[in-house]
Amino acid sequence: MNSDALRFLDERLSTNRPLRKALRYVFPDHWSFMLGEVALYSFLVLVATGTFLALFFEPSLDPRVYAGPFEPLRGREVSAAYESVLGLSFEVPAGLLMRQTHHWAADVFLVAIVLHLVRIFFTGAFRKPRELNYLIGVTMLGLAVLEGFLGYSLVDDLLSGMGLAIAYAVAMSIPLVGGDLAHLTWGGEFPGSGVIQSRLYIGHVFVIPAVLAGLIALHLASIVRQRHTQFRGGLESEDNVIGTPLWPGYALRSAALALLTAAVLFGLGGLVQVNPVWQWGPYEPWQATNGAQPDWYLGWLIGGLRLMPPVEIVIGDFTLVPNPFFAGVLFPAVVFGVLYLWPWLEQRFITRDLASHHLLDRPRDNPRRTAVGAAFFSWVVTVFAAGAADRFFLSTGVSYNTQMWIFRAAVFVVPAVVYVVAGRVARELRAADRHPLRGWSGAVVRRTEAGGFSADEAPDASRAP
Amino acid sequence: MSRVGRALLLVLLFWRGLRAPRPPGPEPAVEEGGPEEGRPFRREVGAQRRDELLVAGLLLASAAASAAFIALLFADADPRLLGLSLALAVGLLGAALGLASRRLVPREEAIEQRPRLAHPEALPPVRARLGSVGQGVSRRGLLGAAGVAAGTALAAAVAVPVTALGPAVGESIAQTPWRRGRRLVGENGKPLRAGDIPAGSFVTAFPEGADKRELGSAVVVVREDPERLALPPERQDWAPLGIVAYSKICTHAGCALAMYRQPLYEPTSDQPGIACPCHYSVFDPRTGGTVLAGPAARSLPQLPLRLGPGGELRAGGGFSGPIGPSWWGVRKT
Repeated sequence: MNSDALRFLDERLSTNRPLRKALRYVFPDHWSFMLGEVALYSFLVLVATGTFLALFFEPSLDPRVYAGPFEPLRGREVSAAYESVLGLSFEVPAGLLMRQTHHWAADVFLVAIVLHLVRIFFTGAFRKPRELNYLIGVTMLGLAVLEGFLGYSLVDDLLSGMGLAIAYAVAMSIPLVGGDLAHLTWGGEFPGSGVIQSRLYIGHVFVIPAVLAGLIALHLASIVRQRHTQFRGGLESEDNVIGTPLWPGYALRSAALALLTAAVLFGLGGLVQVNPVWQWGPYEPWQATNGAQPDWYLGWLIGGLRLMPPVEIVIGDFTLVPNPFFAGVLFPAVVFGVLYLWPWLEQRFITRDLASHHLLDRPRDNPRRTAVGAAFFSWVVTVFAAGAADRFFLSTGVSYNTQMWIFRAAVFVVPAVVYVVAGRVARELRAADRHPLRGWSGAVVRRTEAGGFSADEAPDASRAP
Repeated sequence: MSRVGRALLLVLLFWRGLRAPRPPGPEPAVEEGGPEEGRPFRREVGAQRRDELLVAGLLLASAAASAAFIALLFADADPRLLGLSLALAVGLLGAALGLASRRLVPREEAIEQRPRLAHPEALPPVRARLGSVGQGVSRRGLLGAAGVAAGTALAAAVAVPVTALGPAVGESIAQTPWRRGRRLVGENGKPLRAGDIPAGSFVTAFPEGADKRELGSAVVVVREDPERLALPPERQDWAPLGIVAYSKICTHAGCALAMYRQPLYEPTSDQPGIACPCHYSVFDPRTGGTVLAGPAARSLPQLPLRLGPGGELRAGGGFSGPIGPSWWGVRKT
């Protein structure tokens, strides 16, 4: 950069000293540290494509008669929102590309967040002093799921309306306050007077993205404050950070990751169809379609709703807690409750460790965390898979009701098995690290500088890579 | 001109790249910073000419893909081509930067001291400063309580306008447009007659003249064999000619019951069922809408039917129970 410009800024904003430090800021290297970055860059693509979409989208349920180029719907009464999305898809130049890229970016955003969470979990990166940043991350996961749901609920196609009907039922099922809460949110009994559309819209395009942006800023500021975690290696210790400096190496590499993420998203948005709302048609409360699946990040909730036996809490002839509460409210509350409390649960019941940690564990280093975590995630994944039982029926022919009973058993059996297996594997790996000769006999053959070979009887086992 | 011009530019760029490699400059002195600034301990400088040309080629290819995107946009091309060209433009640029970071710019590994997080020596002065707020004030209890009262009251006052968002759950939900004698009409608004209801399929019906979008409007009408109907005793006259009507909104999660299972082959399925495609709750039309399978725990509300003049279907009254998803305190039947 031109030194005149640097001087200009420095004399006004005192930038040179922080810049000098920032340019040498060190980023440790490991492939798994990219996952959070992919989430960040997906968010940027979401903001960019979402802004484009917002210039054309009309957040209103006012009835219109569709007169656009899509023949099968011509003459149908549709909402202004649905009509504007059809316009985006068929008439706005690059509109379909932007819409599909936006949808794909949301799916990839959540994949990246979940994988990032799994990485943080199994490497113990949530431990002191990073508990607060972990809480911010879990909060962002919840907000991202909600943001995605609001986004596809805005379109007012048949699937989005079915999703909202379920959301209404789940809200209604909350004990004591549910009925009033749902009626407040929808402005009356579902589908309501149409106010829900502007409420979804302001939430989707302003409130939640603004909160997410603020939390992302806090998340990153907190990392900079504490510096990054790193794996054990050569010189790595609790007191230092080793890796690539921000400038030039890391900045270029991270910019490359941002661009490649965007490239994948634009490629998916252009080449792989997603949510073809013109095929679903507009939503009417008396219509539904078979084989409907939500976006992947809601699969665990639909799985829970389908899997739950027909149980309600009833006194006499009055229902107190309706069925959707268990899978729609209690289940996610338990999942997020465990995630939120995990740093303290682990400290209290597993490690009893109050020290600060900047060096990461490998999954084998803490077999009980690995076992409990793997069991917990496999529990959620099993419920998630149950949401696809109707698809499995089509491909395997196993009756849906039979599958429900298999899945209801699997919800208990799979986590138990995973707990035992993951714990055993981690313990074996840890033992093999500590005693590399255990169960192995052989020699390490080295090539000498002279070109000959020498065999070490006892391989150097001082430490793991 | 443009094609020739671009070709010339390319040749010029490559000629410069091939003929005039800049000699690597003197290595800058590695400055000594403070301990909390990254200090490179491994530094590799120097780029292969081949890599420089490769990066330049990637950048030019990215520019070409961007130009292609612009041209395709104005040509109103297929969205797939738009996506492909934009992905290439962005991806080739990313590849160029990635390659530059690995092969062109100095490759460094640096070490920095982790900053100390905790400063316990600053705790006493902070506590003293925070505690100084009450110095010289005697009625601390009174002031504190009054402050809490003011804050709570203000929070309540600010929260109350939220009630304007919608009505409380109450009477509205028990109301449906169905009244005794109201005619059933199809999606086209024409009155339905008994002869319009086929066996083995279902018909969606609405109350004549009502808002079809109201949750209590839509009913599913099916014809069953009157011999095999097993309705509760008080509903014996609700099914003229074996035709029964139920609310079309699932009592589990409010989706529309869009599927009707009619047994064609009794060994696999000996009873009909009205099913919801959201979570696959199945209700029995023969027994008054009781749950056959799935997560629903409350029967489907039944609409009593009467035959009017000419076989017109009319409602014999309101539903047998509350329609739609349940909430705290809803009657189960």
